Amino acid sequence: MDIFVQQIINGLTLGAVYAIVALGYTMVYGIIQLINFAHGEVVMIGAMVAFTVINALAAAGLPPLAVVLIGAGCAIPVCMLVGYAMERMAYRPLRSAPRLAPLITAIGVSIILQHLAMLVWSRNVLAFPQIIPLTTYTFLGATITGVQITILGLCLAMMAGLALLVYRTRLGTAMRATAQNPQVARLMGVDVNRVIAATFIIGAGLGAVAGVMVGTYYGVAQYTMGSVLGLKAFAAAVLGGIGNIPGAMVGGLLLGVVEALGAGYIGDLTDLCRYGLGPAASCADGGHFVLFGSNYQDVFAFVVLILVLVFRPSGLLGERVGDRA
Amino acid sequence: MKKSRRTLWAGVAMIALTLLLLPFALSQAGTAWVRITNIALLYVLLALGLNIVVGFAGLLDLGYVAFYAVGAYVYALLASPHFGLHLPFWAILPIGAAVAALFGVMLGAPTLKLRGDYLAIVTLGFGEIVRIFLNNLSQPVNITRGPQGITGIDPVRIGGIDFSRSDSVLGVVLSGPMKYYYLLLGLMLVIILINVRLQNSRIGRAWEAIREDEIAARAMGIDTTGMKLLAFAMGASFGGVAGGMFAAIQGFISPESFVLVESVMVVSMVVLGGMGNIAGVILGAVLLAFVPEILRWTVEPAQQALFGKMLIEPEVIRMLIFGLALVLVMLFRPAGLLPSTVRKRELTQERAP
Repeated sequence: MDIFVQQIINGLTLGAVYAIVALGYTMVYGIIQLINFAHGEVVMIGAMVAFTVINALAAAGLPPLAVVLIGAGCAIPVCMLVGYAMERMAYRPLRSAPRLAPLITAIGVSIILQHLAMLVWSRNVLAFPQIIPLTTYTFLGATITGVQITILGLCLAMMAGLALLVYRTRLGTAMRATAQNPQVARLMGVDVNRVIAATFIIGAGLGAVAGVMVGTYYGVAQYTMGSVLGLKAFAAAVLGGIGNIPGAMVGGLLLGVVEALGAGYIGDLTDLCRYGLGPAASCADGGHFVLFGSNYQDVFAFVVLILVLVFRPSGLLGERVGDRA
Repeated sequence: MKKSRRTLWAGVAMIALTLLLLPFALSQAGTAWVRITNIALLYVLLALGLNIVVGFAGLLDLGYVAFYAVGAYVYALLASPHFGLHLPFWAILPIGAAVAALFGVMLGAPTLKLRGDYLAIVTLGFGEIVRIFLNNLSQPVNITRGPQGITGIDPVRIGGIDFSRSDSVLGVVLSGPMKYYYLLLGLMLVIILINVRLQNSRIGRAWEAIREDEIAARAMGIDTTGMKLLAFAMGASFGGVAGGMFAAIQGFISPESFVLVESVMVVSMVVLGGMGNIAGVILGAVLLAFVPEILRWTVEPAQQALFGKMLIEPEVIRMLIFGLALVLVMLFRPAGLLPSTVRKRELTQERAP
């Protein structure tokens, strides 16, 4: 039971980060039907910039929270700039091209960003300095750290803020109008290009914060961290229903929990000795014959992705979309 | 008419002669260059296989390296001391192709309903899953030896000829890599032939129809599901063959050889050269396969001379070139360097609103 609650807490924390990254995918997809492959790299750049700043300030004697905030404060504008630049230079010229073209471009942008980051920060892993005191609380027999509470709180706040932006402001209305029908939105006086650029910028800003959070959570950042994180977040977006903002939030949290529970229990569940099927030599004296251990953790997101696409391609909260190839 | 045909044959003869004599010229510069050429030929095989899926049928597969890996591991498991099996080359290659095709169907069957961009992501995930399994299937039963990889894989032996050793035929010394070169060249010709024949066949036209408009294709009575599965299976089997050759040539494989970057590289080759055009795809593969070597010979000395040390690794420049190639080709020449006429029309046409 303790492990169960513990894994739920861990899963929700990571899931909240997935949700924030997934928002970046889903907003862009909702508005121009593009899988912005490079979004994971934006998240990575956010983490790297923040870590550089935090490491530089670690010795300055500022309170840890202020240091992290300054780090995030530097990362957000950098990522927004990256997001705007790629929309402007790589995607906008291809807006009316067939689908495959911007997708291939997005892969190219992702490779370029990843290797530019490698040029700037080298292959080495950046470590988070030990400035945040480890505070733990006990909750239903499981421990939850201060960092986890902060991440969860911040993610919920950002989701609420985004929901307000999308459903209560002029920009949000323009975004939803553009998502529904760009031509008609333009006729109604919406500056479609600006709205799309704004979507990329907001997504990138969210991604930057997510990068700082995931980096702080794991304590490390590296130029390769973006691709798998991005893929999982994309899986989360699809799970919730791509293009659907509440869907990305639900999908992210759910995927985090599935992954954490999966990693926590798959070893036990695939231990053949439990079912009396394992070879006697291995199972003697309470031994184990585990088919799949927790090192298969990264598989879950992809399995979820494939299952969702096969059985409910519109996702949990999405509407049925036409199959425009 | 007669004259143009004669020039055509003269051209073909020239190319054939060049290809036949190439390894001798290369080995003057060092056997390493023959090896590099062999790797380039492997990429041509891969790119031609992926061209069936991406170029002919229009299904963007970002996990193609999975089939390459399957082929390589099938070869390695059936011809290495790991399981003590030493099946002959001609028996393993079809097995590898068949197993890879099976994986292709396994990937294709659940994803066929998906739209192009979703398919890209799912195939990417599939590629990662295969790699994770290869990395972890060393427990509880040691199948793949995990990250350590499989060593001591048998070289190709046909009859009495061992491809890992030098032989002299009629007074001409043929080194191991040179023999592999001719083997790969032969395989490449077979695969090119299959590709050309496929393109102009019923199947090829059905793929083209599906690529252009799936609903219309179905309305015309084309079995779209079957045709897409066939594209996946055929593309995968070519990947499997290339993988088997890779295992035999290298003698060692580990999951590290089958990372996402490799898939992206093959996709870049197909896109750069011209999706759907066989000559274009070959050009793309050769160009991009030689990029790392050219960089090694130009960028490294240049940097050493200018700065006295290596500032930018050639590996990084290579990846930046791949990325830029993808972006720039899509922006300025979406149908690739040597476009196929049909593809060109599709890719430059505006999307219907």
